[in-house]
Amino acid sequence: MELLVASAVGILTAAGIYLILRRRSFPVILGLSLLTYAVNVFLFATGRLVSGAPPILNKYEEVAYTDPLPQALVLTAIVISFGMTAVVVMVALGAYLTSKNDRTNMPAEPEGAGDDL
Amino acid sequence: MSLFLIAALPFLGAVFPALLIRAGRNAAASAAGLTTFLAFTGLMLHIPAIFRGETVFAAVDWLPALGLNAHFFLDGLGFLFAAMILGIGLLIILYARFYLSREDPMGQFYSYLLLFQGAMVGIVLSDNILLLLVFWELTSLSSFLLIGYWKHLPEGRQGARMALTITGSGGLAMIAGMLMLGHIAGSYDLSVILQNKEAIQSSDLYLPALILILLGAFTKSAQFPFHFWLPHAMAAPTPVSAYLHSATMVKAGLFLMARLWPVLAGTPEWFYIVATTGLVTMLIGAVIALFKDDLKALLAFSTVSHLGLITMLLGFGTKIAAVAAVFHIINHATFKAALFMTAGIVDHEAGTRDIKRLGGLRHLMPVTFTIGMVAALSMAGIPPLNGFLSKEMMLEEAAHTVWNGSHLIVPVLAGIAALFSAAYSFRFVVHVFLGPKRDDYPGHPHDPTPGMWIGPAFLVVLVVLIGLASAYIAGPMVATAAGAVIGGAELPYYSLKLWHGLTPALYISIFAVAGGAVLLALHKPLEKIWNALPRPEAKTIFEAAIRGFTLLSRALTEGLHNGMLTRHATVMVTFTVAISYLAYQSGTLGAATRAVQQPGLLPLVGWFALVVATLFIVAKHRNRLLALVLIGVVGLVVSLSFNYLSAPDLALTQISVEVVTIILMLLALNFMPKETPVETPAFIRMRDGALSIVAGLGSGGLIYALMMRDFAFPTISDFHLANSYKGGGGTNVVNVILVDFRGYDTFGEIIVLGIAAVVIFALTEAVLGSKVRAYLLNREPDLPQAGDAHPLMMVVVTRVMMPLALMVAAYIFFRGHNLPGGGFIAGLIAAIAIIMQYMASGFSWAAERQRFFYHGIIGSGVLIAAATGIGAWFNGMPFLTSDFGYIHWAPLEEFEWATAALFDLGVFLAVVGAVLLALESLSRFAWQPGMSSEHAMDINPARDDAAEKTGTEG
Repeated sequence: MELLVASAVGILTAAGIYLILRRRSFPVILGLSLLTYAVNVFLFATGRLVSGAPPILNKYEEVAYTDPLPQALVLTAIVISFGMTAVVVMVALGAYLTSKNDRTNMPAEPEGAGDDL
Repeated sequence: MSLFLIAALPFLGAVFPALLIRAGRNAAASAAGLTTFLAFTGLMLHIPAIFRGETVFAAVDWLPALGLNAHFFLDGLGFLFAAMILGIGLLIILYARFYLSREDPMGQFYSYLLLFQGAMVGIVLSDNILLLLVFWELTSLSSFLLIGYWKHLPEGRQGARMALTITGSGGLAMIAGMLMLGHIAGSYDLSVILQNKEAIQSSDLYLPALILILLGAFTKSAQFPFHFWLPHAMAAPTPVSAYLHSATMVKAGLFLMARLWPVLAGTPEWFYIVATTGLVTMLIGAVIALFKDDLKALLAFSTVSHLGLITMLLGFGTKIAAVAAVFHIINHATFKAALFMTAGIVDHEAGTRDIKRLGGLRHLMPVTFTIGMVAALSMAGIPPLNGFLSKEMMLEEAAHTVWNGSHLIVPVLAGIAALFSAAYSFRFVVHVFLGPKRDDYPGHPHDPTPGMWIGPAFLVVLVVLIGLASAYIAGPMVATAAGAVIGGAELPYYSLKLWHGLTPALYISIFAVAGGAVLLALHKPLEKIWNALPRPEAKTIFEAAIRGFTLLSRALTEGLHNGMLTRHATVMVTFTVAISYLAYQSGTLGAATRAVQQPGLLPLVGWFALVVATLFIVAKHRNRLLALVLIGVVGLVVSLSFNYLSAPDLALTQISVEVVTIILMLLALNFMPKETPVETPAFIRMRDGALSIVAGLGSGGLIYALMMRDFAFPTISDFHLANSYKGGGGTNVVNVILVDFRGYDTFGEIIVLGIAAVVIFALTEAVLGSKVRAYLLNREPDLPQAGDAHPLMMVVVTRVMMPLALMVAAYIFFRGHNLPGGGFIAGLIAAIAIIMQYMASGFSWAAERQRFFYHGIIGSGVLIAAATGIGAWFNGMPFLTSDFGYIHWAPLEEFEWATAALFDLGVFLAVVGAVLLALESLSRFAWQPGMSSEHAMDINPARDDAAEKTGTEG
């Protein structure tokens, strides 16, 4: 199980970084999403892998629970990463629409360009 | 008056001139003067204690863990400097009122001046060296404002920048030195450090600390080779020059050397660094001063020379030399401030301060002449003025000093410096005031209003009085201050009197004065030789150095990050991989302590799906739509694995976020190219691939190593598990952590989420407000459109589903405290329910029926969360402390109330608002004229016009 999760994190990281290194904004966004999965799973896995022991307290009998702290951390990370992805998508879209070009490496702007925006 | 108040008064008072300038220039000047006068009076109240030899303390612990405390103390040395800073400050405020012209923003001037004054007073009163450093940097910053006060003059701006660069970088070095000093002494309080002479001087860190601290002191006090900023700072208005360069800014370095004298002085390192620098500075400054035609430049270099003199005296490391240094600090402040103000008067009235264009002002400006002459003669070292006394003491000490085995070097060089010093002082008098009256002055020279000459006149009276009766007037002050410098040890025998008999010093003095007169007589031929000599121009060198640094920084920055995302990301990933490898190499990895769990079939299938989808994304990412679909697969597997691995909350969150994210990306993709072209050559793709694989191996290996070992430290999760029900009243520990234990984090997070949504909204507004709008309005869709954009079935189903979905959201919300769910997940579900309406019935139709602004929903969410947190205050608890209880109403099951639920409601609203605002903003790009909000469905059999309606609107 550990090997599966670790290899998944590795593959997601590698794929994410490879896509981030592309030169168009859309693959970069995809790469960012993959990297987000990798980081979230990574953080989650720091609580060690336990199945069938959710941190929902059982009032009636003594049972084992998994570590709740990384879960709380990752939950907020997931929501925040949505906010981040949304902003990046918006920036990429705005850049594409204003320049008709979705390259991430823009050529240096000539003097006065962008004044009309 | 408390030392706190004395140090704070100038800062507090700095507000008033800026405000009162509307009431006139007199009001602004009076406010500044009154503040300074109050602080000065407060200081004077400490006279009895100080002259009894006591030290006044005032202490408040600020950050004791860091050793940073607001500890102030006042002893003889601090008193002397504070008195000079505030006393001369008062005279300068008066002088500036009449010096500045109507066009100068006077309120600003006085505010800057008071800020500077406060920083200086802070330096001399600080007990804690970290506090001292803060004030030290403040003087650099506020003097920048003062030197560059005439913003329209390029020289002013350049001079200010140069002063800031030099003194600021010296200050940085000094921070390091002071930290070392504090580290050696084990305390950051001066009163403790000063008791630890042996420990400090025997430490290995003594020399580095000494050099770093001296760098700070030398740059501030314009010692060679950092002296060049001072003359360039003369572009400031004369009151600033008079203040900064006679009594305050440049004396800060001397103050520091005097302050630390008891622990740093007395070693050969100290002697050779400090005394030699002082000697060289004194000589170079004096020689250059003689050949400067600008009155202020002459005075600037003479200041450099005199600072060198005092530095040299401190550098000798003997007690008697320290007494002489303190005495000369007082004398120099009096005559130099007077001289600067005189130069300002001449400039103001005659219209120029070029010595070549002046002369014969004796008859036109008798008062100014008298003041200037007395001050200049004191600077030249003519008896019976005060400059003579301290210069004699200096020469006497120089005559006894052996430098590297030579008895002659120091006295001879000091004598030559004194000679040039006499020469430029005579030149100040002779070439400006004496000689025939001229008829080509640019202005109409005459004595100014008394407001301008009272200040220098007062100082000149002091010059004479100290000279004639030094033992009575300056004696007690010198004794107290020098006693503080030498660290409370017994003062050596000295006497402040004019006649000491036929000493070597007297001979050198006579030689210097006579030689000075000769030099002045020979000034013209000497000047020709001087001008013919090649001299390094400090400003050019400085500017070349700055240009060099700029080029270097630019090359470095652009090499790493030239605005290209790929380069930046490559550098960052490579660097991260490299330091991770370094950490892996230098650390040790213990044996695995946990057993591997055998995966079942389900995890294997999930893993397989994830890996295949990820590899396909990489291989097929050029087909953007396909990649997006595959991302969905990855997200699904991730949510399922969260569920499998005991994290139901995460699974619910991930899957709902997944839906929203994919919709968002689809919306964006609608406007973007559907294909990614091949742009990079194969070898770059290989390189990126290799880098990614290494990074992937690293992260995968790290998490594998982590998972195979137990916690290295006791985990705090047990606390959460134990207290979740007892303290937070909920059995879903993750939710209790979010809304209770770590409520503060969650509160911050919903604010960030709200900000992100508002940023998206603002970007949309900006883009739609630009030329892009026209393009969007006339845009032809680049993919074939569905014949029926809003099909009947979908509209009907989503409407039926809406209340159900909202019900589910409410259910998830309420059970969140005890079972998987909560505000985040409920918010996402509710947002999806509403998005379904947008998708099914069209943007216009849905937007028209949406009655609450999403901004408002975000805001109310944050406010509800904040109000819940504040509610805890009324209960006498800290912010965001939650409360809960149980209610039992027969025949209902017992149920719980918790304020955390209210907080969760805030989270819910913020999430709903943020998600919808983001998506709504993106959807607005698609709006085109002719879209109708009247009908949700394009084809509706219940409508009469159904037969004709076949368009693709909406």
